[in-house]
Amino acid sequence: MPRYSALRLIREAFNRQSGWTPAWRDAEPKAGYDVVIVGGGGHGLSTAYYLAKLHGVRNVAVIEKGWIGGGNTGRNTTIIRSNYLLPENALFYEHCLKLWETLSLDLNFNVMFSSRGVLNLANSDAQMDAYARRGNAMRLSGIDSELLDRDQVRRMVPHLDFSPSARFPIYGGLLQPRGGTARHDAVAWGYARGASDLGVDIIQNCEVVGLRMGSAHIEGVETTRGFIAADRVGLAVAGRTSQVAAMAGLKLPIESHVLQAFVSEALKPFLDTVVTFGAGHFYISQSDKGGMVFGGDLDFYNSYASRGNMPMVEDVASAGMSLFPSLGPVRLLRSWGGIMDMTMDGSPIIGRTPIENLYINGGWCYGGFKATTGSGWVFAHTLATGEPHPLNAPFSLDRFATGRLIDDKGSGPYPWRH
Amino acid sequence: MNKQGWRVGAGHAVDEARPVRFTFDGVAYSGLAGDTLASALMANGVRLMGRSFKYHRPRGLVGIGAEEPNALVAVRRPGFCEPNTRATMAELYDDLDAISQNRWPSLRFDMGAVNDALAPFIPAGFYYKTFMGPTRKAWMAYEWMIRRAAGLGAASREPDPSRYEKMHAHADCVVVGGGEAGLSAAIEAATAGERVIIIDEAPALGGWRLREREVNGAQALVATLRGFDSVTVLTRTTAFGLYDGLQIAAVERAQDHLPAFDAHTPRQRLWLIRGKRIVLACGAQEQPTQFKDNDRPGVMLAGAVRGYLNQYGVAAGRRAVIVTNNDSAYQTALDLRAAGLDVAAVVDARETLSEGAAKMARDADVEVFAGAHVTRAIYKGGLRAAEIEQAGRIRSLPCDLIAMSGGWTPAIHLSTHLGGKPVYDEAGGFFLPPKPRPGIEYRGAMAGEGLDRAERPLRLAHDRAFVDFQGDVTVKDVKLAHREGYRSVEHLKRYTTLGMGTDQGKTSNLAGLTIMAGLTGKSVAETGVTTFRAPYTPVSIGALGGMDAGERLRPVRRTPMQDWHEMNGGAMGESGLWRRPKAYVRDGETVLSAQIREARAVRGGVGCVDVSTLGKIEAQGPDAAEFLDRIYASPVKTLKVGRARYGLMLREDGVVLDDGTLARLGPNHYYLTTTTAQAANVLAHMEYHAQVTWPEMRVSLVSVSDQYGAIAVAGPQSKALLSRLAGEEAFDDAAFPYASIKIIPFGGVSVRVLRMSYSGERAYELHVPADAALSLWEALIDAGATPYGTEAMAILRIEKGHVAGAELDGRTTAADLGLAKLASKPTDFIGKRMQARPGLVDAARPSLVGLMPADGASRIRSGAQITAGQDARNPGPMLGHVTSACFSPAMERPIALALLSGGLQRQGEMLFAHYPLRDETVAVTVVSPVFYDAEGARLHA
Amino acid sequence: MLIHCPFCGARDHAEFSYAGDARLKRPAPDAPEAEWLDYAYQRDNPSGPHEELWHHVYGCRRHVAVTRHMSTHEILAARFAGTSGVES
Repeated sequence: MPRYSALRLIREAFNRQSGWTPAWRDAEPKAGYDVVIVGGGGHGLSTAYYLAKLHGVRNVAVIEKGWIGGGNTGRNTTIIRSNYLLPENALFYEHCLKLWETLSLDLNFNVMFSSRGVLNLANSDAQMDAYARRGNAMRLSGIDSELLDRDQVRRMVPHLDFSPSARFPIYGGLLQPRGGTARHDAVAWGYARGASDLGVDIIQNCEVVGLRMGSAHIEGVETTRGFIAADRVGLAVAGRTSQVAAMAGLKLPIESHVLQAFVSEALKPFLDTVVTFGAGHFYISQSDKGGMVFGGDLDFYNSYASRGNMPMVEDVASAGMSLFPSLGPVRLLRSWGGIMDMTMDGSPIIGRTPIENLYINGGWCYGGFKATTGSGWVFAHTLATGEPHPLNAPFSLDRFATGRLIDDKGSGPYPWRH
Repeated sequence: MNKQGWRVGAGHAVDEARPVRFTFDGVAYSGLAGDTLASALMANGVRLMGRSFKYHRPRGLVGIGAEEPNALVAVRRPGFCEPNTRATMAELYDDLDAISQNRWPSLRFDMGAVNDALAPFIPAGFYYKTFMGPTRKAWMAYEWMIRRAAGLGAASREPDPSRYEKMHAHADCVVVGGGEAGLSAAIEAATAGERVIIIDEAPALGGWRLREREVNGAQALVATLRGFDSVTVLTRTTAFGLYDGLQIAAVERAQDHLPAFDAHTPRQRLWLIRGKRIVLACGAQEQPTQFKDNDRPGVMLAGAVRGYLNQYGVAAGRRAVIVTNNDSAYQTALDLRAAGLDVAAVVDARETLSEGAAKMARDADVEVFAGAHVTRAIYKGGLRAAEIEQAGRIRSLPCDLIAMSGGWTPAIHLSTHLGGKPVYDEAGGFFLPPKPRPGIEYRGAMAGEGLDRAERPLRLAHDRAFVDFQGDVTVKDVKLAHREGYRSVEHLKRYTTLGMGTDQGKTSNLAGLTIMAGLTGKSVAETGVTTFRAPYTPVSIGALGGMDAGERLRPVRRTPMQDWHEMNGGAMGESGLWRRPKAYVRDGETVLSAQIREARAVRGGVGCVDVSTLGKIEAQGPDAAEFLDRIYASPVKTLKVGRARYGLMLREDGVVLDDGTLARLGPNHYYLTTTTAQAANVLAHMEYHAQVTWPEMRVSLVSVSDQYGAIAVAGPQSKALLSRLAGEEAFDDAAFPYASIKIIPFGGVSVRVLRMSYSGERAYELHVPADAALSLWEALIDAGATPYGTEAMAILRIEKGHVAGAELDGRTTAADLGLAKLASKPTDFIGKRMQARPGLVDAARPSLVGLMPADGASRIRSGAQITAGQDARNPGPMLGHVTSACFSPAMERPIALALLSGGLQRQGEMLFAHYPLRDETVAVTVVSPVFYDAEGARLHA
Repeated sequence: MLIHCPFCGARDHAEFSYAGDARLKRPAPDAPEAEWLDYAYQRDNPSGPHEELWHHVYGCRRHVAVTRHMSTHEILAARFAGTSGVES
């Protein structure tokens, strides 16, 4: 496989680009594997990559019903951060963030991780206190965070609405300087290339239609391209986790909801950091291409349709224009909808299931993209050893029974409120 | 420059008697009323209108409508700038001021064009392969440069001064598209007695028929339609999305075509239209053909060339070469000839011409090269010739215009917004919409009617043939994507950015996937098409959200005393949707000194605070007692008429939902209050259980939050003060003990008086009909009560260890808050069962404690984290956090409440409250959360 | 989406607040642990028809049990929650 570099680009310029080879092998399924990962999104592919790279498990297949990166990996607002309140979340996402920081070099694929900062605006005293609590906890866990006052926010993002008539005046904000964004598609492709290079089979256009059950364990997966035997099966199909788990007779604390996201026409640099709104659910950044990328709340109803409706479009646009009153003439170019696995405490599920050799990685709610790195890293550990890593141990499926929930927002068992 | 030298005839759309002046990049030009910016520039011989995204290649018009990928300009008005406007969609008005984009220093001499020379080094996706080192932060430097090179127009930094509006409309039949098919459908529907709304993005109905030489037929249809009163016509309106429930979302450009905005009309209006049925008659889009340098100014869609000629009387060139694979472009030859323009040849990819094509060629008296292709546009400062190939023979045809037609594809975008895969029509070479959902019909081109059959080339065009003009995606890029395994149409799009521009691939998607199909050996049908998503064309954020932005985002909720607070020194603070007075600041005071004065006034005399923001609920019915007993963790059934108590409520998962007051007005009548923050949630929670869990219970729940103002009167002199206003008898302690409710007339107004206390002092909460609340408030103050704000209220409750929002954070149980006894009744209630799970009764859970600074003086801040270690760099595990903190005037020192692992087991321990965000660490001592009057004597003082 | 409230008629879904799976039955106080877990947390989450509650907060404030297809958003039936029949 040709190594990517500027030098190589120059060579290929004189070679009519003929020296490039497929970024990953489009493999035919074999009869069986040590590990079959269902789902060729970022999480499944990173799991395969770390299995092969860190655990030496290379007889691995990633099975994707469509094209890799075609689910929520390619439908999100690309925000990466570890500014969580609860220690379980903060530690896990911080591990993810650290992996992001070296990912391009690790994969030899530029995923354009841009640590441009994530700024959460506060719009009341109570919110400043809540952010202080979070920021202090982060600092004590060794995670960067800064509490900004109104003037500091103004210096960073001058064209926010600082007028006296602003509906929700900006009191200040919590900044995580190391947070930022990355190029979402590249993450899937980079992991696929890395995994494929280590011997992992990436099998596209292969839909899992059943899980073949033995007495207490799974023998393999039934697919549209035939049966594939597996010693261990890992599910990484967020958005569809309930559906695939149901093939093994499992019912999960998950509801599927639709989350819309939006991008504007390309603009010259307008916003240099990621900004989130305190008085409503709204987040915005600018892509390297120039589009303003933004989103808001769920549409607030269960759905598998990958599309939403107008009330949320209007709500998000109103919030955007309230924050940046100059955005009025800027045009929205595209909208899309992702299917979110919304769990009952707003945190993911990564670990064992009641079925011996079936493992689950799902329930990512809004937060899946930023976890792509660490999710695969801990899931690979779990699949390789059969035991969760300390980082994902709290995210077990049985936490709902034990009451050891990880409810960062404090919204309770109402998944659409997380 | 020749004044409108390219205006060669009388266009249907323009008024030759009405010249319009405008500027482009500061140069003054003249056009005609009815022109678009595009047609007016073309009439003036301006060919160069923009620069492409990546290579900064000089670009001119390709199309005539929404599909235009190249001619993007910024339109400026005083205090307003709209970037990325397609010149083809901008109607001309007097003094229109447009500038070009994505060029520096000027459109003609653009430094960015160096990228074009570097093109071999920067193929599709090159950025994935480099810019990775030498350090892991290196990308930040590359990104800085890339971001500045990328982007198209610049957004204004000034607040958008425009007005936006939203309109909801309903119709029996909504017709999208005002072309011949849409007009016919609308006339049919109106004739059948239906209420019709017909939508078209152009200033006039007629669609493509208005781009013909002969427009009488279309105008007759429009006249017929206009004869129906039941028809609403929305022009300059783009239907951009189809949503559930047969809803069309459309944006009307109500003023963008006018020289000055009228303050009483919105610039744009969002239409949300529901139809009993929806007719999609969106027409078709012509596709380009691919050959080397097909992006040069002077290479245009053949239909657009006709349109400029017939509609605006503008010639796109003097001598055209027409390249086609279908019959439609022969009309262009006929029209050009009729206008006296020269047509060098028609180059037709088909080996054998159709009868129609042959006849039109004869009528136009034009030479036809059948089975031939344009291989290259020859451009030197202007388009000079088309190089063509026929049967292996290359020749050059001098021309200044290449009019191309790669066939027509129906504008199926809206038809797929609700899901469903487009169907490829092999014979026609285009995609048709999916099987319609109930209530949706297709007409005209969308139904596959009237489309010329196109033959897609099997040959692969030159590497430097452009597939996506705006994004600079060439045939070579598609080949590279194929070579590297990005073969799915979605991978192709994402890897090469094909179809990702502001034109959303209207002129590029089909070509891109056709080329990919050729490379993979699959059929176009198997290759498939990327998903179309709303909006059909880009829609301004202002149109979508402008009406509800700013102060209308979430309107401020106001209590009956709001004006009084604002006029009497109230330092207002955000509190959810409310703005509440933090303190009433007098001359010489700060908010801090005012709140301390206010808190002292309460403890030393009497104060009053506006608590109208509390949620207030009436519960009535024979089963009200039983129902509330199941809702509240606190016992309800034992509460006697006339009495009140603290009400604690859990979620079903055992976590505290809310607290408030629970008062019994009659055997079947309760009056309940909730916290400000949870008012709506608590009512919804109760309604859920009343209607869903126990529908058999006879209980009625009504919110009276807005019907009652509420004032807490607190302090040792509260009784005396109230007695002066409403008579001593009413406040006699024997008849009105602590924890009771009584209806007391205040000057003829019935007031519900709750004798409860949040401050720990003797206190009364007056719930008064909202219209009488302000006068009662003023009477209290006249009688000597000191008004106090939310900060003093917080001080008073922290001194008493009462919990509020920071403690009720959606994770705490009753036991965590020291309220376990209140959630321990033997009968069933919401949350009872689940609160017993091991994780919720773990002794290590943080629970409520008080903190005092070990030195008696240092400020403890809310949000500080508590550990046993003093060194913030090595603090040890986090044990909890400070939830609420204040300077306590009663204790004369800072105090705080905290949730601390181990809770009161740690009483007396010294710990450290870290606030690393400010580099502060304070040694604290763990104490009881009740700092003041632990025995509760002051309630009766 | 248009939701047919049996009392108010067809209304835009923005008038409603979503309240989840309509088929949940609160277990008896002494029901086994598993039943309580199921009630509080586990969801069928089907990709086809789903009966769910929509609380008509900006209307009559009744909970409407709506059967809606999760992949197409097509609405198949609506009735008041807590009732068995169709009251519309």
